[in-house]
Amino acid sequence: MKNLLVTTALAATLLSSAASAEDVKIGVLLGFTGPIESLTPGMGASGELAMKEVSDSGKFLDGSTVTPVRGDSTCVDSAAASAAAERLITSDKVSAIFGADCSGVTGAVLQNVARPNGIVMISPSATSPALSDAEDDGLFFRTAPSDARQGQVLAEVLTEKGVKSAALTYTNNDYGKGLAESIKTNAEAAGIEITIDSSHEDGKGDYSAEVGALAQAGGDVLIVAGYLDQGGKGIIQAALDTGAFDTFVLPDGMVGDSLPASIGDGLNGSYGTIAGTDSEGAAMFNKMAEDAGIKIDAYVGESYDAAALIMLAMQAAGSSNSADFKSKIMDVANAPGEKIMPGELGKALELLSEGKDIDYVGATNVELIGAGESAGSFREILVDGGAITTAKYR
Amino acid sequence: MEIMNALALLSNYLVVPALAYGSQLALGALGVTLVYGILRFSNFAHGELMAFGTMAVILMTWFLQAQGISFGALPTELLALPVGILATVVLALGTDRVVYRFHRSKKSQPVIFLIASLAVMFFYSGLTRFIIGTADRNMGDDGARFIFTAREFKEWSGLDEGIALRTTQGITVVVTLVCVVALFWFLNRTRAGKSMRAYSDNEDLALLSGVNPERVVLIAWILAAALATVAGTMYGLDKTFKPFIYLQLLLPIFASAIVGGLGSPVGAVAGGFVIAFSEITVTFAYKRVLTYIMPGDNVPDGLVQLLSTEYKFAVSFVILVVVLLVRPTGIFKGQSV
Repeated sequence: MKNLLVTTALAATLLSSAASAEDVKIGVLLGFTGPIESLTPGMGASGELAMKEVSDSGKFLDGSTVTPVRGDSTCVDSAAASAAAERLITSDKVSAIFGADCSGVTGAVLQNVARPNGIVMISPSATSPALSDAEDDGLFFRTAPSDARQGQVLAEVLTEKGVKSAALTYTNNDYGKGLAESIKTNAEAAGIEITIDSSHEDGKGDYSAEVGALAQAGGDVLIVAGYLDQGGKGIIQAALDTGAFDTFVLPDGMVGDSLPASIGDGLNGSYGTIAGTDSEGAAMFNKMAEDAGIKIDAYVGESYDAAALIMLAMQAAGSSNSADFKSKIMDVANAPGEKIMPGELGKALELLSEGKDIDYVGATNVELIGAGESAGSFREILVDGGAITTAKYR
Repeated sequence: MEIMNALALLSNYLVVPALAYGSQLALGALGVTLVYGILRFSNFAHGELMAFGTMAVILMTWFLQAQGISFGALPTELLALPVGILATVVLALGTDRVVYRFHRSKKSQPVIFLIASLAVMFFYSGLTRFIIGTADRNMGDDGARFIFTAREFKEWSGLDEGIALRTTQGITVVVTLVCVVALFWFLNRTRAGKSMRAYSDNEDLALLSGVNPERVVLIAWILAAALATVAGTMYGLDKTFKPFIYLQLLLPIFASAIVGGLGSPVGAVAGGFVIAFSEITVTFAYKRVLTYIMPGDNVPDGLVQLLSTEYKFAVSFVILVVVLLVRPTGIFKGQSV
């Protein structure tokens, strides 16, 4: 009797997997709790928007559907993120992972879970330069540019603003260190003096000591390479209150609507950079996201693109198996081929099934270089009238 | 003038922030030390109790603001404080009834109490997050933000360096002073306070003299809950309310209580200021202060920073270790740990 049951179960499994239309699961591994919990709902929703678009088109892998499965990367806790990824792969049987978000956990998940299981990962927001040369077996990609590039762009912005000296503080993790390093090197090469570079810990009670040291070192501006929900905000608040600095330079982790909302008018005049583009695709995507009720915030476009690339590569390979489609990601992302805008995923799927080439442009003008990371266009932002405004694109 | 500038600089970046932070730690450490003195265990749930109390204050503040009630130049949170204290007292007494009273009747070892308090901590943290969520909440957004700003001070004094004093910093120091004076008056002058000290010094002797232990415990919890709420609210007003940070605050609070001497209220206050000042003074960069003080145009090279700010937590722990090695009972002769 027991044997019969097992056989029946096996047969049922075989039958269902043999059917051509399947339900492809994609893991959505983002820090829904933790330092960037105010950004992740938008990022997750935007990735899932792409998945819904593909499912609804009915043209994906002979009418297959895509189901997102969420996992919590926590942004900071590598063990928790690896456990969540492990669950997505072994128990939810996802075919690929859209995520993770922060650089530290992304590196950990890549090494501990994705590589051993041979699962493709596309991160929308991990920006640490260290990930460029990480061993990845061709499984890891990102639609966000490396911070090595952001450092150059920030240094250009500082030079244009006529900044002569700056104090620099960064959050004490992979992202903060990598970014601070890159900012410092590029700024010094541009002749800007970095008076001090010191780290701060996130989630601590009091930042008077950090601000004291930064204020004594002095500088025209304070560069805060941290997180807007965490120590970065604490530092800015304390620096404003003591009158230590008036202008702050905000790299990507600090750009979000919640920062001006909670700091208030003191932040006006501060500026920064975040990955972004004014391409036609960005405008189209913003409209789509608005219609879907997604707030346009940091890394929302990158998220849509990351999810879209996963599914387009699957279609190009005709398989949802990571080993099959990992080599197709660069093909669908880059020229040659027909340009694909956001909202045209159905058309892209059709072209791919006819065996034609596509060049996915998407919301962020995707162009993957090197080991599979975005070349990167940046949006220079200015905090004006208590809101984040776009100064220009570079 | 140069000396005045150096003093203003030190006050702005060192003395004022350390005074406010030290006051918050002192209030927290007082609660920890009271529970330790009377119930004889380290209450790990104290940080989360602070978070719960602060949450109650925030909810009440929202209610008051919705009714259009405000407190003039002072933040509305101060009006809501009594309600927050009441809610926290109810929670603390309820916890004592369902958790700690059982262990007291069994005369359990302190370590069992300690582990129980750890469980209570997780319960409180879940409760707080369940009610108000994990997000950051700005407190004290009505009322005046500054007593005087750095710029106003510069114009008034004609110095090159300004001192900023936030309303919340002023309130924190004043409220701490009031709480500490009231507590000491209570412990030293009233019958209930004296019976508490007697119970803390020698439990058996106090029982023989007719001190009712349940009453002493009751008062201890009421005081601890009130202090936790005040400490949490002062902290939240000065910085921000985020449940996660209150858990992190537990560490410096315990360090303060132990450095001062566990069970000694004077020690808790002193410990709070020792920890706050040492964290900031050791990691402060003295370059500009020295530039003002040193004769002529001597400017020191480098930042003149003893330790980089990464090590500020190491500083409080080094002090803790040294105190435990040299004087295990703490600066003010509390119980040895």
